[in-house]
Amino acid sequence: MGVITDNLGLYADGLLGTLKICALVAVAALVLGIVLAGFRVSPVPPLRAVGTAYVTLVRNCPLTIVLFAFAFGLPEVGVNGSYFIFGAAGLTIYTAAFVCEAVRSGIGAVDTGQAEAARSIGLTFSQSLRLVILPQAIRAVIPPLGNVAIAMVKNSAIVGAFGVGGELYSVANTLNGARGEPALPVYAGVVLGYLIIIIPAGLLLLAAEKRFRVAR
Amino acid sequence: MAKSARGEPLIVMAGVEKFFGAFQALHGISLTVHSGEVLVIVGPSGSGKSTLCRCINRLETIDAGRIMIDGEPLPEEGRALARLRAEVGMVFQSFNLFAHKTALENVILGPTKVKRIPREAAERQGRELLDRVGVGAKAGSYPAQLSGGQQQRVAIARALAMEPKAILFDEPTSALDPEYIAEVLDVMAGLARDGMTMVVVTHEMGFARRAADRIVFMADGRILEEGAPENFFDSPRTQRARDFLARILTN
Repeated sequence: MGVITDNLGLYADGLLGTLKICALVAVAALVLGIVLAGFRVSPVPPLRAVGTAYVTLVRNCPLTIVLFAFAFGLPEVGVNGSYFIFGAAGLTIYTAAFVCEAVRSGIGAVDTGQAEAARSIGLTFSQSLRLVILPQAIRAVIPPLGNVAIAMVKNSAIVGAFGVGGELYSVANTLNGARGEPALPVYAGVVLGYLIIIIPAGLLLLAAEKRFRVAR
Repeated sequence: MAKSARGEPLIVMAGVEKFFGAFQALHGISLTVHSGEVLVIVGPSGSGKSTLCRCINRLETIDAGRIMIDGEPLPEEGRALARLRAEVGMVFQSFNLFAHKTALENVILGPTKVKRIPREAAERQGRELLDRVGVGAKAGSYPAQLSGGQQQRVAIARALAMEPKAILFDEPTSALDPEYIAEVLDVMAGLARDGMTMVVVTHEMGFARRAADRIVFMADGRILEEGAPENFFDSPRTQRARDFLARILTN
């Protein structure tokens, strides 16, 4: 275990790096996923088609391939950026598909009377969605969104494997791969890092679920 | 036929047909509701009363015929339809208050988001309306904290807040515990006295007799009788209406 205590600074930096990626991706994927869910339930057929095509394509594509496409494909067509941007963007695109489906199931769970009442006072479709349906739908799907969030944090390790650097996975790479420290304690430290992020996040989600529960 | 002092035609339905798959819910419905009139639709379950009511603000689409509101054909979709719905209020059997919003927030959502009234003015008007329907003290309560009767009165206030030309009531007391029915009917009778144009689908025959200017009796998706309440209740012309009244009045 000495390798962990000796390299606490490196681990702390990795933890912060992973947190940075995850916070960015969480916000971006939530926004994109909600917009896509709106597309999927829209009365406008082209929007529905875009939403369905997106989810079908992205959700069924391995994350590694999505990241390859971003990190190596985009520069080929002249789009340049840092690995951090490409990695975060790839993970956002991928995670948003799952957010979309979780939110869509929440929309389906909101009583149809809510939408009828919204329409009957003259709200447009997008207003009913934004002001009446989504606030209730998202509250209803906090637990599945939590699952998506946990998967996303763990998937950030794959982003790390693409050489973003400065996050938890790359700590293992540095210590075990480059410096030849023993793998077991090195990876135990990395696992600890992920747990430090995921367990409190899970507790926060549980609190949010209780706080925002809609009484019926 | 019914009432002598009658306003302009506000809702005009002509030859309206409605299908649910192969089932025809409405057969050639033609009906005019005049401004200020209280029209009560009665009839057995499955007779198409609610469907008719829901067609008027296009919560159900129609398959033939036409519907005019205040001289304009009912828009098919989009912003024009949203604008029309803002002018025709609706009160539902299951209240349908926005579950994540307080009573007051339910009432001011339409005024602030559709009519763009500043929040302060909307809240002032909203509190007045909640007072008017007798639930002013519950402005800060969520729907789940209210009784059915209170929820339905908030729903009426929500419809009134849009200052609609007419309000549709789709079996407004059918989901209520018996002890709450009177308080909702009282509010509706008050609106009728104030001259609100109302289309009411109900099984409350006492209310129909007292508050209606005209009764429409439906069965099997058709209008079988139409007339003043005293004529309909005292001397129904069709056998279907006599059977219906016999069954409902002995209960």
